[in-house]
Amino acid sequence: MSRATSSLPRTVAAHAVLIAYTVIALFPVLVIVINSFKSRGAIFRTPLALPGPQTFDLIGYATVLSQGNFPLYFWNSLVVTVVSLFLVLLFGAMAAFALSEYRFRGNTLMGLYLALGIMIPIRLGTVAILQLMVASGLVNTLTALILVYTAQGLPLAIFILSEFMKLVSADLKDAGRIDGLSEYTIFFRLVLPLVRPSMATVAVFTMIPIWNDLWFPLILAPAENTKTVTLGAQLFLGQFVTNWNAVLAALSLAILPVLILYLIFSRQLIRGITSGAVK
Amino acid sequence: MATEATMKKPPRRWHIGVFLLPAFLIYTAIMILPLAGTLQFSLFRNIDQHQTFVGLENFRTLFGDPRWADGFWNALYNNVIFFIINMLVQNPVGILLAALLSSSKLRFSAFYRTAIFVPTILSFVIVGFAWKLILSPLWGVAPDLLNMIGLKSLFSPWLGMEKSALVTISLISVWQFIGIPMMLIYAALLTIPDEVIEAAECDGITGMSQFWKIKLPLILPSIGIISILTFVGNFNAFDLIYTAQGALAGPNYSTDILGTFLYRAFFGFQLQIGDPNMGAAIATMMFLIILVGVGIYLFFVQTRLRRYQF
Repeated sequence: MSRATSSLPRTVAAHAVLIAYTVIALFPVLVIVINSFKSRGAIFRTPLALPGPQTFDLIGYATVLSQGNFPLYFWNSLVVTVVSLFLVLLFGAMAAFALSEYRFRGNTLMGLYLALGIMIPIRLGTVAILQLMVASGLVNTLTALILVYTAQGLPLAIFILSEFMKLVSADLKDAGRIDGLSEYTIFFRLVLPLVRPSMATVAVFTMIPIWNDLWFPLILAPAENTKTVTLGAQLFLGQFVTNWNAVLAALSLAILPVLILYLIFSRQLIRGITSGAVK
Repeated sequence: MATEATMKKPPRRWHIGVFLLPAFLIYTAIMILPLAGTLQFSLFRNIDQHQTFVGLENFRTLFGDPRWADGFWNALYNNVIFFIINMLVQNPVGILLAALLSSSKLRFSAFYRTAIFVPTILSFVIVGFAWKLILSPLWGVAPDLLNMIGLKSLFSPWLGMEKSALVTISLISVWQFIGIPMMLIYAALLTIPDEVIEAAECDGITGMSQFWKIKLPLILPSIGIISILTFVGNFNAFDLIYTAQGALAGPNYSTDILGTFLYRAFFGFQLQIGDPNMGAAIATMMFLIILVGVGIYLFFVQTRLRRYQF
């Protein structure tokens, strides 16, 4: 809405609605984090109060750190997410470049084939994926998860990135070719740096479902040394369901890293989304 | 371009293959073949330790045997309700928030945007458990809040009652995913050129009628994409129910959807032994449902949407 419509009551109403929804969005997270710093009695007596000198207590965090193997789970999640993300971005960008740059027989067909996975969730192939992983001895390895997540992330990455790569100026690439650059150099040196903002968007959209997934860790890698943080937290919560301090601390520990990462990347994310592809 | 290509007669362009191959291989091996494998697996059954071809026998069991059929129809029914609530609450509210955020003179809009997207980045485990705690009658958060606005009598353990559990879970799902329609619509609204809006204002179309008459028709393709994403996401949902209500999707299966039904069929639970073949049959049905839904969208909705280029 521009000048003509931005009357005072209208602006106030807009802020009222947005503030109300912001409270709804943040309230549950705040309640959990605030109460994780309180003693057991205070959690129940005054759940909505901030921790004070009398009610401040870190017993929950102590329990979590002594009981669960969270540093290891965290590391597993990090390895799986980072490696899958790297593979999705690299292979996705390569395929997107081939599809958007070259005319060859079967181009459209290949594009459609690779886009199929956007609509059909990989989860429906679980029965056969598990058999495949059992047959190749990859059950309870992080490799199994990385392979699955790479396959899961590729269709959307290819789709979004090829839309963006069509926007890279052809003159620039042709200039590179006249200077004798190989197609690989053109891709890695000229095109990739130019589509960096869209890579950030794809990165966020790929990363969130991988980090948060419960299904495949539960099925493919439930062993103690390959548990991801999501699965670890789920099992921990199940075991300690009556220990409210520990549960709230575990939830807070699971929230904070993602939240910090998100706050760091949120600018990039908005810029990536609003710059075009996902219209 | 075409004439240029024929004139140069380029040698075999190996690099195209090199660029495509890794993505193609991983995607085919881990996604397409297992999907095909699952469809095929649903036609077999384990008889005397051997996988034997039984045709559509598994599907006959799924629809004919009341022990399976009741569960399946219940899960499908719940899933449809889950989807309808998501569509009717999440998407309109998301569009409203995006429309408010996109007003050019609004202050703090970056803050609102960031805050409202926070639930979307949280994992299901956190969301499911956090809401379970907040709505728990053991912990007084929800009753206390209602008390503050004088509505304490309205409180009941919504997640624990058969009547209200499914609606509650659906609304939690809305809470979690509202950021996605909000962001996508917000991006679409920002791409509407200023000239269009100015022209509308010259014609005296402002405020609400400007939204309905000018902006909404322009963002319809984005609303279409959101609807289809919601559809696929909802008919594939599992995690939220599993973390908040457990694999049994209680109370008394009232929150059971296809994802949890598939999980139980595949892995078994309590007294029932897991049956991968029946799991594959259910996955096949989910595959067909999603395929039909996406097909309906592509043929009947997508083709009628008008796209405007600026």
